Amino acid sequence: MAPALITVEITVNGKLRSAAVEPRTTLVDFLRDSLGLTGTHVGCEHGICGACSVLLEGDPIRSCCMFAVQADGMAVTTVEGLAPERGRLSKIQDAFCETHALQCGYCTSGMLIACHALVEHTPQPDEAQIRDAIGGNLCRCTGYQQIVDAVKLGTQPGYTVRADPVKRAATPENTVVPGASNG
Amino acid sequence: MKAAPFEYVRAHDLDHVLQLLAAYGTDAKPIAGGQSLVPMMAMRLARPALIVDINRLDVLSEVTIGPHAVTLGATVRQRDLEDDTALHARLPMLREALRWVGHTQTRNRGTVGGSLAHADPSAELPLAAVVLDATVHLRSEAGGDRTVPASEFFLGPMTAAVAETECLVSIDWPVWDGDGVVCVFDEFAMRHGDFAMASAACQLQLDADGICRRAAIGLGGVDGVPLAFPQLAARLVGHRIDADLARGIAADASAACAPGSDLHAGSDYRRHLGNVLLTRVLLQAGEQRLAA
Repeated sequence: MAPALITVEITVNGKLRSAAVEPRTTLVDFLRDSLGLTGTHVGCEHGICGACSVLLEGDPIRSCCMFAVQADGMAVTTVEGLAPERGRLSKIQDAFCETHALQCGYCTSGMLIACHALVEHTPQPDEAQIRDAIGGNLCRCTGYQQIVDAVKLGTQPGYTVRADPVKRAATPENTVVPGASNG
Repeated sequence: MKAAPFEYVRAHDLDHVLQLLAAYGTDAKPIAGGQSLVPMMAMRLARPALIVDINRLDVLSEVTIGPHAVTLGATVRQRDLEDDTALHARLPMLREALRWVGHTQTRNRGTVGGSLAHADPSAELPLAAVVLDATVHLRSEAGGDRTVPASEFFLGPMTAAVAETECLVSIDWPVWDGDGVVCVFDEFAMRHGDFAMASAACQLQLDADGICRRAAIGLGGVDGVPLAFPQLAARLVGHRIDADLARGIAADASAACAPGSDLHAGSDYRRHLGNVLLTRVLLQAGEQRLAA
């Protein structure tokens, strides 16, 4: 017989969210399945890979290593909550685009969480500090260098978010825009 | 890899925890940081019927600085120890050990008590506890308070002297008074933050001439439990730390270990690693004092 469901109330990205979950539902499964916030990824599900990283009361944690019921009454920030406003990217997110700090994207949400937390405490981190901050996050694609470069770039004084990200994705240079002249 | 179903209770005080542990016995587990327990449950290596959440009990998360020891509540977070510079001065071993404990994410939740209760033979905080001769305080409903010295607390791999009805309450960490206390902790792992293949720790008190007045040394990952070597450490007292002395002590210490073998390292290699790391930490400790 399954245990009774427990209603949890967790502030996620600034909004109070609630759902009835089994005690064994991890925080990451609550975020993804109960709330539909699928930006946080499930990788190893045993506390090694960091793909599930979220901020709990501002601190990066492994959301696969915590049951949702434990986070009742607490505040969580996911990757969906990192941008300053809808349709705009944070400096770190924008810098990730600039330096090709993502390929498949699976580690990226966890990396962004780790990097945002670092920059909150250390606005101009050096390479050693960046590598230490992402030390709990595995990436199979990039070899990490571009991620380190993104944080260095995005924390430079005066860095401005370079472009409208929607337009950047939709109109790469080598396609023809309908209505534009061709020659 | 989802945990098997269980019931969950958030304890409202320590007595509540102990009542539940007394009633459920091996079917109940306290959960603190969960950084070891939850992965084990996800892999179904652990299947408690009841989880008792002790994270919000203030009585278990206190830090008490006494004249000769610092008492850490069981649920003091590793991250809070890292940030506490006043503690570093009194307990340099914890500062040095914590650099090697997991990653930022795990230290933000992981607790001191949880690490000791989990008793991984390659874990850093258990090694620090045996080297410093810490004292563990436990409590149960029927038995009341019980104290166990660290030297008797670790019984085997993943096995600590915590009865099924007991909750680990706090740990006393002795403080070495006076100047000249130096501490070095080193380990070798495949990647920083991984489980140590072997680790070595030493804490020395050196006088102004570099003569050792007090010493404590230990090795982790080279046996079923972390090992301290008080008799070998005593051989350091009255001497300056030179290469011959360091090598001799390290060789005798590693000869006394019975390391296991696994995919990452065979027992001979672990023993050799332990030897090299202990030599290194002793020499570095000696040099630190000279530099200070």
